[in-house]
Amino acid sequence: MATDTGLERPDRPAAAPAFQPLSTGRKLKDNLATVLVCLAFLVAVVPLVWVVVTVVGRGIGAIVSADWWGRSLSGVLPESFAGGVYHAIYGTLIQALIAGVIAVPIGILAAVYLVEYGRGRLAKTTSFMVDILAGVPSIVAALFIFAAFISILGAQQSAFMVSLALVLLMLPVVIRNTEEMLRLVPDELREASYALGIPKWKTILRIVLPTALSGTVTGIMLALARVMGETAPVLVLVGYSQSINFDPFSGNMASLPLLMFSELSNPEPAGQFRIWGAALTLILIIMILQLGASVVSRFSAISK
Amino acid sequence: MAKRLDLKAVDIYYGDFHAVQDVNLSVAPRSVTSFIGPSGCGKSTVLRTLNRMHEEIPGARVDGEVLLDGEDIYDRGSDAVAVRRTIGMVFQRPNPFPTMSIRDNVVAGLKLQGVHDKKKLDEVCEASLRGANLWKEVSGRLDKPGGGLSGGQQQRLCIARAIAVAPDVLLMDEPCSALDPISTLAIEDLIADLKKEYTIVIVTHNMQQAARVSDQTAFFNLEATGKPGKLVEIDDTSTIFSNPTEQATEDYISGRFG
Ligand SMILES: Nc1ncnc2c1ncn2[C@@H]1O[C@H](COP(=O)(O)OP(=O)(O)OP(=O)(O)O)[C@@H](O)[C@H]1O
Ligand SMILES: [Mg+2]
Repeated sequence: MATDTGLERPDRPAAAPAFQPLSTGRKLKDNLATVLVCLAFLVAVVPLVWVVVTVVGRGIGAIVSADWWGRSLSGVLPESFAGGVYHAIYGTLIQALIAGVIAVPIGILAAVYLVEYGRGRLAKTTSFMVDILAGVPSIVAALFIFAAFISILGAQQSAFMVSLALVLLMLPVVIRNTEEMLRLVPDELREASYALGIPKWKTILRIVLPTALSGTVTGIMLALARVMGETAPVLVLVGYSQSINFDPFSGNMASLPLLMFSELSNPEPAGQFRIWGAALTLILIIMILQLGASVVSRFSAISK
Repeated sequence: MAKRLDLKAVDIYYGDFHAVQDVNLSVAPRSVTSFIGPSGCGKSTVLRTLNRMHEEIPGARVDGEVLLDGEDIYDRGSDAVAVRRTIGMVFQRPNPFPTMSIRDNVVAGLKLQGVHDKKKLDEVCEASLRGANLWKEVSGRLDKPGGGLSGGQQQRLCIARAIAVAPDVLLMDEPCSALDPISTLAIEDLIADLKKEYTIVIVTHNMQQAARVSDQTAFFNLEATGKPGKLVEIDDTSTIFSNPTEQATEDYISGRFG
């Protein structure tokens, strides 16, 4: 700085210039690293783009027709390019919805217990169980529901059984995510509330949960999106139906993964056509959920 | 309204750690008492036992008696929630509720205690904000989030929130440590005002502040790390700062410490 001000600084030795040009060796390494990183990025992105392009390219033809969204495959011959998949869309949505209705309250309550009340043995055990549950493959969850409800309790195969299996898959995701969000709420807010003479349960309900709300909702939407594509439970726990069935508690019910699976055995081009259409539809639904999730978290970011 | 506080042979623990030993002191109604002392000597710990906030920490416990107008707040029959309604607290870092507007922050205590009369809430909101010297600055934007205020305003918002539930005693843990001199002054003026109605206990690291705002000053000290903190001396502020009984107090105040 001495030269800047023009002042002599006799107490300091004249320093070498602080910034020396990069040596060629370092430049080379730098470039090499950049190239490697870009290559890795491409390797990761190419298959993704490929999948999207393929699915959109082959599926778009199916989903642009109005029938696709408004009719079922009831009475449609395997080789005919007709009918729609609204029965399967309904199935996918209702199964995920029922799973959510069961899993979300249980998951949130469990997370509240773990974060706000859990001390000692029971909390540790619960936490451990959640970890185990998170590692359970979907086929095992489906078989468990089959064994417990259908073999032992004598229930019939139905969409509701699928929902129960989805609950098992959703629960650990919801619990872990909500737990994380609750832990992000600073203790100072809890103390501020206690200091006003507000009881603990009310503090949790009115201060802690609203503060953690957006993150929790985002997590729930992502969990829902994830279970919508699960195939093992629908293969094991419900029969396929070509026509609409509104009753989740009895009878066969289609869903998008199940429809794709059953059309796989259709050798006609129309089968392929429907599979790609259903794939694209599923991706669209999941994308809408994820967009919704990011909108929710965006909105709450503003209110901060 | 304002009540007196008496501590008798109070010992405070964090699990096995004996944090503060044998505190005896009295706080008169409508007065300001400040706690001073080196970091880690247990000022916050003592303050937090006064409204039973201490017990929120796992393993923490308190021995001895803390009397509010003669009633032991640690009595088996007394309820921590009721105690905290009577003894409010302002924290070192401003902590408005981030999901609430300024108005909702101020009346949060009342609302969550079940008061829903809109007119009453609005009245309390205005009175508390005026009491906290913040009304003029925020009256036009009561519906904006509380987190959008400056640090000093947020701290005064927290004071408004604390007085909105009309406590008898107000505890403040270094309420100015995150504030600039002007906001600090505003809060000190506020303390002088609040003294007319409340019993106030304040922790501060700022000697001048203790000298300016308090009637009575308590000096806490710590013999060595790992040993419990102790109340060395408590007396009128003027006596503590001009003519303390204990050598340790004089050393600390004059900066000849450690
Ligand atoms: N949650 C806790 N768990 C265990 N020990 C604690 C906890 N909080 C404080 N302590 C210990 O209690 C002692 C007193 O701490 P306290 O926070 O009361 O000090 P202080 O006088 O307020 O200090 P400062 O001026 O730095 O705020 C310290 O030794 C501290 O390490
Ligand atoms: Mg402290």
